[in-house]
Amino acid sequence: MTDLPQSPDTPIAVKKPSRLQEIWASDFLWQFRRSPVAMVSFAVVMLLVLSAVFAPLIAPHDPFNPATLNLMNGFTPPGEANMFTQDTFFLGTDDQGRDVFSTILYGMRISLFVGFAAVLLAMVIGITLGLIAGYVGGWTETIIMRVADVQLTFPAILVAMLIFGIAKGFTPPEYRDQMAIWVLILAIGLSDWVQFARVVRGATLVEKSKEYVQAAKLIGRTPFAIMLRHILPNVLSPVLVIATISLALAIIAEATLSFLGVGAPPTQPSLGTLIRIGQGFLFSGEWWILLFPSITLLALALSVNLLGDWLRDALNPKLR
Amino acid sequence: MSLVSIQNLTRVFDVSKPWLNRVIERLPKRYLTAVSDVSFDIPAKTTYALVGESGSGKSTIGKMVVGLLPPSEGGVTINGIDLAIETDDDKIESVRSDIQMIFQDPYASLNPRWRVRDIIQEPVVARGGKATGLAERLLEQVGLTASDADKFPHEFSGGQRQRICVARALASEPKLIVCDEPTSALDVSVQAQVLNLMSDLKDEFGLTYLFISHDLTVVQHMADRIGVLYLGRLVEEASPDALFDAPQHPYTQMLLEAAPRMDGFGREVEPPKGEIPDPIDPPSGCAFHPRCPMAVAKCSAERPALKTVGESRVACWVAQGDT
Amino acid sequence: MSAEPVLSVRDLVVEIPTRGGLLRPVDRVSYDIGAGEILGVVGESGAGKSMTGNAVIGLLDRPARITSGEIWLNGERIDQLSMRELRKRRGKQIGMVFQDPLTSLNPLIPIGQQLTETIREHLPVTAAEARQRAIRSLEEVGIPAAAERIDSYPFEFSGGMRQRVVIALALCAEPSLVIADEPTTALDVSVQAQIIALLKRLCRERGTAVMLVTHDMGVIAETADRVAVMYAGRLAELGPVREVLTEPHHPYTSGLMGSTPLASKGQPRLHQIPGSMPRLGALPDGCAFNPRCPKAQDKCRQNPEPRIGPADPRAACWFPLGETA
Repeated sequence: MTDLPQSPDTPIAVKKPSRLQEIWASDFLWQFRRSPVAMVSFAVVMLLVLSAVFAPLIAPHDPFNPATLNLMNGFTPPGEANMFTQDTFFLGTDDQGRDVFSTILYGMRISLFVGFAAVLLAMVIGITLGLIAGYVGGWTETIIMRVADVQLTFPAILVAMLIFGIAKGFTPPEYRDQMAIWVLILAIGLSDWVQFARVVRGATLVEKSKEYVQAAKLIGRTPFAIMLRHILPNVLSPVLVIATISLALAIIAEATLSFLGVGAPPTQPSLGTLIRIGQGFLFSGEWWILLFPSITLLALALSVNLLGDWLRDALNPKLR
Repeated sequence: MSLVSIQNLTRVFDVSKPWLNRVIERLPKRYLTAVSDVSFDIPAKTTYALVGESGSGKSTIGKMVVGLLPPSEGGVTINGIDLAIETDDDKIESVRSDIQMIFQDPYASLNPRWRVRDIIQEPVVARGGKATGLAERLLEQVGLTASDADKFPHEFSGGQRQRICVARALASEPKLIVCDEPTSALDVSVQAQVLNLMSDLKDEFGLTYLFISHDLTVVQHMADRIGVLYLGRLVEEASPDALFDAPQHPYTQMLLEAAPRMDGFGREVEPPKGEIPDPIDPPSGCAFHPRCPMAVAKCSAERPALKTVGESRVACWVAQGDT
Repeated sequence: MSAEPVLSVRDLVVEIPTRGGLLRPVDRVSYDIGAGEILGVVGESGAGKSMTGNAVIGLLDRPARITSGEIWLNGERIDQLSMRELRKRRGKQIGMVFQDPLTSLNPLIPIGQQLTETIREHLPVTAAEARQRAIRSLEEVGIPAAAERIDSYPFEFSGGMRQRVVIALALCAEPSLVIADEPTTALDVSVQAQIIALLKRLCRERGTAVMLVTHDMGVIAETADRVAVMYAGRLAELGPVREVLTEPHHPYTSGLMGSTPLASKGQPRLHQIPGSMPRLGALPDGCAFNPRCPKAQDKCRQNPEPRIGPADPRAACWFPLGETA
């Protein structure tokens, strides 16, 4: 393909288009507009994220306000009315009379918060170590990457449980419930940095050998400045893809931990906690307590994952 | 006085397998001598060209001259200062800003995420200098327009990118520019434009070039003096006229004979014998002797030193008349 | 040429649909290659020279495709064949040599096996005969100790030796046409001379037609019988190599020749063509070369340049050099 000019589909600008038009016409958005999967999953993600963010405004009930709860409303099936106020619980209630729809909205807040924060932590650790390993090389690289390899041989969820257990041991008992969310973030974040580090190291090795890095060295730039200002911007696009897919995995990891009872406490239930609570009632006929949180988790994880898949293809010029 | 003086420059690379493999497979360490005992001077405001095929060590010499690689032995003195042993920071800084480099691949030598203005001004900004309007001025100097400063590298063709690289090289007002195959990634017509630009700038700013290339025709056009490298050693050094009209070293003769000619219609050349030997395990004596049509017994036994023969310097027993 | 050409390309158009519109990396190109003849295709990057070769062997990367024109190989029209039919002809009737020998050889299979597989796929021989043939073809391309090295893997050969193996692979089924796309660009000067000499000798001995795609005018001058100069997807000039290079009729050919350092020997500055080749999406009206042409007139700006082919005038130019003196 050496014979193709550099960018055959750059439109010939007669008048300089506005910034907004430029963004709209960019290759990236053009690809997005052509992919139904990407658009649908993006819509689902946005819907879920926004409804989680605005949960206090949307939710018909505050599931954590004991004043509004009434045990008499327990196990109301979907679509039936509150015994006292005649509001409809259109996804039903759980054993304590909490509105399932509202608990899902609030649960999603916890799940998404933990997911985003854990991925952020993993990214910061992974990118930093990956950049250093790739750029500095030698023994530093060997140590970082061997640690990463060792961690990779254990299932991430096991690592997370281990970290969770250790961290929990260090927190005083009276703060445990309060700190549970942060410990969860730490556990998932620390169990997930390896793939960021590997990808960033690989990309750094490629960029490091390019001549613009040599030009910067020649000028006398410090290794820190070269890593931060020259290499980092050029290794970010694969990181973005992994971050998206990691988000889906982190949400699932959080749900798994919470399901196993080592994650979010029942006072701050995440989707995983809700599923754990719900599975106890599955065989006694109250299926909705399990089903709706599960569907939400599935929709969230699946659409984030699909979006990540699409992003990987869109950012990879070879697959176009 | 010469601006650049290179004395007995040698660079050895450790190409051994990792430690564990060596222990298990009982292998010794392996070394590759990329550059071996190379000495030459570059007078100020001239162009010195290094030619050679792959593995000749020409790029390694370029990297050592600009200080990207430390020499294993010998040294590079620029303006009387050797970067590898100098301890005075001010002197190091002054020499550093006197050297710049232009690279082969115009697509890899510009950071794709930076605007052209930032790329060009980096050499000045990195030293804490003021660079207002500098990029615009330099862009016009290399035949682009001031408004190009706000663009990103992907908006330019290969030739235009190489002009941007030239502009960046000029930003710190250097005395010496090392050009590592500056036009070998470019098309012929673009190559002509870039070479002309480089000649013009040389006259305008009084630049000194170390020009590294594998293309004999380009070298012949640009250079004031040419050094021919084979397996990390200088085998011949001469002015372009002397080198192209009367090459002394059999390797130079072979290169000139093998290069395709524009007027060589239907030319049947006897193709050169053999290939470049493994640089890890070079032949004894003169490294060229297994391929040399004139080789005598002495060639495989003793290595000829670079000696002055007429106007040239040449490392060949036969050319030195000492067989 | 009196005999029927081996390869005959007529008004070939390759198009790539993009967001910005339809691009034509190959625009109505016509040429013939006769038996034993070497046609050099020169041009700068983006001129469409590789794409022309790829179109002939049906190796266009999607979404590029042939939209009109005809390709005839040994009297058979091949541009409308299915991929399967075309694959049969590749190797049997058309051999290929690419710039990077590593991409044309499977790194995991010994070269001998790759050769015998190709031979047996196209010729009715036994395994033992195929192996004999493979050894013979390796000897022919100058691989020392061919019988011993036949079971070596590609990485055990140097760059020049690998390109020799690729040539052996391209020629082992005795094709009537060889397409060599920048076969020596990745090689050193001394090795390049060896490979060029080898290609020339083998094709002359066997009467193979060769399409030699390269950007190196020197290689063309020494190797080709006729030369096709391409510019912006179109043929600029087509004719016998000596005439085209010494007395170019198209101003682009003339400029290209002039800008090589050899042509400007002894002058402080090289001759240069102003500007650069337009992008395919932004071709000028009229002749594609007119904005850079020193002789452009109104006619050139308004009318597309005349198209040329084997039977037509040499240069696709309204005011060819040398004729309008």
